[in-house]
Amino acid sequence: MTASPSDILLEARNLVKHFPLRRSLVQALRGERPAVRAVDGVSLFVRRGEILGLVGESGCGKTTTGRLLLRLEEPTSGEIIFDGQDITRLPAKEMTRLRRRMQIVFQDPYDSMNPNLDIFSIVAEPLRIQGLAKSREEMEERVARALADVELVPVEEYMYRYPKELSGGQRQRVAIARALVLEPDFVVADEPVSMLDVSIRGGILKILQRLVRERGLSLVFITHDLALARHFCDRVAVMYLGQIVEQAASDELVRKPHHPYTQALMQAVLSTDPRRKRIYTGLKGEIPNPANPPSGCRLHPRCPLATERCRAEVPPMVEHAPGHWAACHHVEQALARLNQQAAG
Amino acid sequence: MAELAVQNLKMYYRTRKGQVRAVDGVSFTLEPGRALGIVGESGCGKSSLGLTLLRLLPPNAEVVGGSIRLGGQELLNMDDETFRKEVRWTKIAMVFQGAMNALNPVLTVGSQIAEAILAHEKVSKEEAERRAKGLLEMVGINPARYNHYPHEFSGGMKQRAVIAMALACNPKVIIADEPTTALDVMVQAQVLRAIADLRERLNLSMILVSHDLSVIAQTCDDVAVMYAGKIVEYGPVEEVFVRPLHPYTQGLLQAFPDIAAERAPIVSIPGTPPNLADPPSGCRFNPRCPLATEECRRLEPELAEKGAARHRVACHLVSPGGEVPEVKFA
Repeated sequence: MTASPSDILLEARNLVKHFPLRRSLVQALRGERPAVRAVDGVSLFVRRGEILGLVGESGCGKTTTGRLLLRLEEPTSGEIIFDGQDITRLPAKEMTRLRRRMQIVFQDPYDSMNPNLDIFSIVAEPLRIQGLAKSREEMEERVARALADVELVPVEEYMYRYPKELSGGQRQRVAIARALVLEPDFVVADEPVSMLDVSIRGGILKILQRLVRERGLSLVFITHDLALARHFCDRVAVMYLGQIVEQAASDELVRKPHHPYTQALMQAVLSTDPRRKRIYTGLKGEIPNPANPPSGCRLHPRCPLATERCRAEVPPMVEHAPGHWAACHHVEQALARLNQQAAG
Repeated sequence: MAELAVQNLKMYYRTRKGQVRAVDGVSFTLEPGRALGIVGESGCGKSSLGLTLLRLLPPNAEVVGGSIRLGGQELLNMDDETFRKEVRWTKIAMVFQGAMNALNPVLTVGSQIAEAILAHEKVSKEEAERRAKGLLEMVGINPARYNHYPHEFSGGMKQRAVIAMALACNPKVIIADEPTTALDVMVQAQVLRAIADLRERLNLSMILVSHDLSVIAQTCDDVAVMYAGKIVEYGPVEEVFVRPLHPYTQGLLQAFPDIAAERAPIVSIPGTPPNLADPPSGCRFNPRCPLATEECRRLEPELAEKGAARHRVACHLVSPGGEVPEVKFA
């Protein structure tokens, strides 16, 4: 999966993260090592100045993938290339330096902020850790600029208040300001608006979008909401049970989903139009246990198109149209089925 | 006759910062077998409204006026003992937000449903078990799982079990507060399907409280849009969501991403919802409304039928014929 190397900021190759489980005596005697295979062979790239959506249901491994990209989690295997440099095994000291360029925004801004610090101290903390501001004045100036970037203005009105005095939307802006104060070129945002009301969400999303456009920032946007990803992201990668099953430009993905899982995920999204009443219950069954994933294609026990081959062979990731990748043995049947449904 | 008729209901919380008018003059009717959606954002009073109907309010809350009639009978002047015996769970039941996490982990799911029946009715244990199994089956859970524990159920199954439990005493009205929030889309669809099937089979009336416009569009007949403790728009969901009149409803619909729509810029409503201890004068939406006039700042608009039959809106800008300037949020 390659694009021209110069416009790629980050690339992950075959990333794997297994969280070991406690072994039973029997498993120990057999020499088995049970593990939750949270991320199991993820390859992706992020271009400079683009928003890549990482979409999937709870437990699909999207959050762990985001943390691996930033090396907040050590990969079991695989490689992470950042700006041409292999950072997979970069020592802690050098990683700390690199953190200036890589930041994260969490889902719940209240959980990720020290409630005893004022907004100034929260946003200034990365500067202090990195030793990047020479004086108090410089620190204040940079914090003020970061707060202005997230439209918490007038800045003086917010600087010395505490998280509990702010609304959820304002707190999320503080979290973004803290991520931006170091002027990173790579940011992972993990469900940054899923706890916010619809009317408030747009404000946060527009700020993120503006920063990407103005500064050429690269953003990995983790979400369970395919409809939101479709409108917010340039490209989308869909994850199921620790693996990416499909990735494409967001328009292309929604117009022509190739993978049966993406198709089901799309159809399960409810419409706000009451004239189109349709509740689609999606695939049969439930997401299997990631400690013991199905053989072959991981979707096969739930897939309406599954054959013997799907049980036996892992489907490779194939580029079916420029930039449109899917891992399915039966893409043609899946597309035919999609057309039938559209016609019928 | 309406199953449930609420007139000018007012419920305020007493706090250190003064009175918080969480439900401030709310009126609606629920016809037998119909579903009413209450949509609004955090703090608009939609959950407080559900708690008021079921009389499950905290000590600092007070119903200060209005009327709640169930099948013609006034509930507000009923004493607590009678309400507990004759109304709560037996006539009106509720599915709470996140209720699936409130199942007792050390008791089997089936026994918890049977327990709910035994707490309200004089029936034998065997009869309660038989009915609990029937309820599980109705929400699409194999009755053979009666003796399973909550941790053996998936999230969607737990939520359906909780719905079965709410139906233990054959209520006529069910209030579901964000019944599918925090569930994945496919699981959400399974739960909503189960609710739709139940309503049809039991001719249940339902009030569904949610922030999610799509859930309401897909499951409800009528919808009430709440903002800052008041209903600002009310009517058949095909009217309100297809031809929204109130600028707030228009904004909510514009801000909600539609997967089928062409890729469009992100939309938001400026500002934040007001503090209900000190709401703005006039129309409560006026500080966030791009079209607000002097009249909107001064005079509170009444909820009145405009345009189509049963389509009511509280906005000065909507003409009596239902013409409304289109509000474009950016």
